[in-house]
Amino acid sequence: MGSYIPNTGDERLQMLESIGLENIDQLYDIVPEEVRLKELNLESGLSELEVSKKVKAAANKNKVFDSIFRGAGSYNHYIPSIVKTITSKEEFVTAYTPYQAEISQGILQSIFEYQTQICELTGMDVSNASVYDGATAAAESVLMNVDGRRKLSVVVSETVNPDVLTVVKTYCESRNVPVTVVPKKDNATDIDALKEAIQKDTACVYVQSPNYYGIIEDMDSIVAVSHEKGTKVAMGVNPISMGLLKTPAEYGVDIACGEGQPLGIPMGFGGPYLGFMAATKDMMRKLPGRIVGQTTDADGKRCYVLTLQAREQHIRREKASSNICSNEALCAMTASVYLAAMGAKGLMTVAKNSASHAHYLAGKLSEIEGFCLVNHKPFFNEFLMTCPVDACKLNKKLAENGILGGLPVDSGILWCATEMNSKEDIDNLVSLVKEFVKEAE
Amino acid sequence: MELLFERSREGRGQTILPQCDVPEYEFDSALLREKAPRLPEISEIDLGRHYTELAGETHGVNNGFYPLGSCTMKYNPRINEELSALNGFTGLHPLQPQCTAQGALQVIYETQKMICEITGMDDMTMQPAAGAHGEYTGLLLIRNYHKERGELQKRTKIIVPDSAHGTNPASAVMAGFKVVSVPSNEFGGVDLEALKAAVGDDTAGLMLTNPNTLGLFDPNILEITKIIHDAGGLCYYDGANLNAVMGHARPGDMGFDCVHVNLHKTFSTPHGGGGPGAGPVGCKAFLKDYLPSPQVKKDENGYSLFVPEKTMGKVRDFYGNFLVVVRAYAYILTLGKEGIPEASANAVLNANYMMNKLKGSYTIAYDTQCMHEFVMDIGPLKSETGISAMDVAKRLLDCGIHPPTMYFPLIVHEALMIEPTETESKETLDKACEFFLNIYKEAKENPEVLHSAPNNCTIGRPDDVLAARNPVLKYSFE
Repeated sequence: MGSYIPNTGDERLQMLESIGLENIDQLYDIVPEEVRLKELNLESGLSELEVSKKVKAAANKNKVFDSIFRGAGSYNHYIPSIVKTITSKEEFVTAYTPYQAEISQGILQSIFEYQTQICELTGMDVSNASVYDGATAAAESVLMNVDGRRKLSVVVSETVNPDVLTVVKTYCESRNVPVTVVPKKDNATDIDALKEAIQKDTACVYVQSPNYYGIIEDMDSIVAVSHEKGTKVAMGVNPISMGLLKTPAEYGVDIACGEGQPLGIPMGFGGPYLGFMAATKDMMRKLPGRIVGQTTDADGKRCYVLTLQAREQHIRREKASSNICSNEALCAMTASVYLAAMGAKGLMTVAKNSASHAHYLAGKLSEIEGFCLVNHKPFFNEFLMTCPVDACKLNKKLAENGILGGLPVDSGILWCATEMNSKEDIDNLVSLVKEFVKEAE
Repeated sequence: MELLFERSREGRGQTILPQCDVPEYEFDSALLREKAPRLPEISEIDLGRHYTELAGETHGVNNGFYPLGSCTMKYNPRINEELSALNGFTGLHPLQPQCTAQGALQVIYETQKMICEITGMDDMTMQPAAGAHGEYTGLLLIRNYHKERGELQKRTKIIVPDSAHGTNPASAVMAGFKVVSVPSNEFGGVDLEALKAAVGDDTAGLMLTNPNTLGLFDPNILEITKIIHDAGGLCYYDGANLNAVMGHARPGDMGFDCVHVNLHKTFSTPHGGGGPGAGPVGCKAFLKDYLPSPQVKKDENGYSLFVPEKTMGKVRDFYGNFLVVVRAYAYILTLGKEGIPEASANAVLNANYMMNKLKGSYTIAYDTQCMHEFVMDIGPLKSETGISAMDVAKRLLDCGIHPPTMYFPLIVHEALMIEPTETESKETLDKACEFFLNIYKEAKENPEVLHSAPNNCTIGRPDDVLAARNPVLKYSFE
């Protein structure tokens, strides 16, 4: 069996003796007999080599697709080599929350840099150090506006990612915060319905743009309608789109949030991911989670600390703004290294290439009979298209060719492209689709 | 140290992506951002050196002893890192067909089974991303249980001992409950009389860490859980301190109905400077239908996902921090049925060994055999010398040791909470004790050196008040 205990049997005996015990079982004398466990029903432990073989065998049972045309909340982007090198440095990997600033300046400064970059991306004033993922970021974003007195409910557009909606509903339900879902119209938020849905007690409106269907929402109208009615707006964004598209701040929203996975974090079967949150300055003290601030030491030297802790659970206990403690620090560092490696130009290239590939793909697929864009609205790198054949069977054929096709959604297919899908890959996909349609006829 | 933005030079950068190979799509200018984000323009070598410098300013488990109480800073085995980085895991899209992700589903399923066995639970979800997230999820199980029985309106209170982690009351409020705090007794355990007085028709449940944050196993545990059950409430086990009892006692056998465990504490996955962790939640069979969606099942066709009958919904996207689960899977396979209890026993041995060496000088808050951690009360030393828990902690920084958890639990005012873990050797503990005892001597003979500590770090004590009063939360670019 494997073990990571350095002390030998003799050393353990010496230590036991020094505390006046004879055997290791006596360490558990305080545990009542009725709850003492005799034996675990597990396999015996294994050597490193055996574990390595067993886990690799499990990994090999999975199919890693050569070419991925699916997004819907998880995106296949290129991860620069330097990102992995830096974020696997053992100091970063094995440290914990930087409570002791004097020996944690590395982690603290990296979070400060991350916060700065998130503010630059979104245009917002303040960012926290991260939350678990895009879905919990959305939930925390709407809930931070509920004050328990006048602002008691939230409004969410039906066009947000359905899993995100479920998480928001779960979080809100437990706090007795009603959630009104605004119906979609042509797969975008119905502005008239939104106007109707916002009540006097509505604390926050949550929309996502580009939305679940890839469509760039009419944010100007959404913000205008919401603010007119005295409601805050939280906007979920794909951070890659911020290389190109108008920022939440430019639209005038109060909170920007989203899934940070596209920023250098592998798809990893769904996690760990990164929830980012940024807000206007006046909401700074309502943000959940860790925040790093700049200060000085006794000699006036610039340094960084965890700050505004009066919001947090370890100080405020039941009055805290959230229960979050561990967040996704290493993922935040990953995003920060990614953004530094890409630079503004690189990020713009990712955004442009993703959008261009998606539009090229949409154009090529539209040439096939029965494949039509469901909506004629501006989209970023995802789009919903009709599918005249059985979408699952089509995807099966694509899978045989190493391709993960778009996600079957609402009797159509939600396609996605990034900088990873070259023209050659797209042309290959389109000819396979053509072939399949022909065979199906 | 320079910030990334201060290292930036116009025109520098890296060549990572090719030119676009399809016609470039032009968006309507009304949709475009006005100014580019001010991201650093930096060469690969400068970027690498920047983080090498930052790493030099970071104390991780691999840099030295890290006895941070309640955080279980044990060694993070390298093999687990290697395996979680396999392309067969990292390259999986969470929404790819289940038949193409059988290995990943197997890892989730088998890890759940093994942790269920270790905790004495019947079923488990891997969705929660951290301990506090697990607490919240566990409380939602309790909430949904009472709701279905039509008792949620009256069962509004969660009982939490005053020694509990701050996340407990915060999670209870997020789950829609009111918090009732019960005091500890003279032995540091739950005061049974106070508990009996606190329970009633309005009790939804109890949140308890056992061993508690003082590092003490509550011998009345069966009576405690019975009092709650008799009142119609459920018992939630905060698994933050599970590393003390694995393979020796199980929350399920102590009378708990649900539990969260911290993979980043007990199961050796790294803490990453504050996450990602993972906080799987286990439960007894009668609660499994409320678990978050989706769950993994196994039948003759292999592994598949399903929606539990009365699911609470979701607490996170997809299936949780999957790559963290892979690490825990490798760890449990490595230790196995003998190694798991051995790890806990040695964690307890190491803590008692250290406590015993220090107790001649320092005051131990509850001077009795401890479990995996113990709390020192610096109060007496402070009244004698003016040296506080903070001063002792800051002096440890000069010794290359990460200080213990300070000022927690709240019931000991000048607390230092020490958790050595099982992966530290006898000589590391001896050396650390030497430092502690030397600091004790300094407190009496040369207190000035403690007031000014740390003296060997790159920065002195930071001004926390300034940081909070005048928040500077991002670089100004001026």
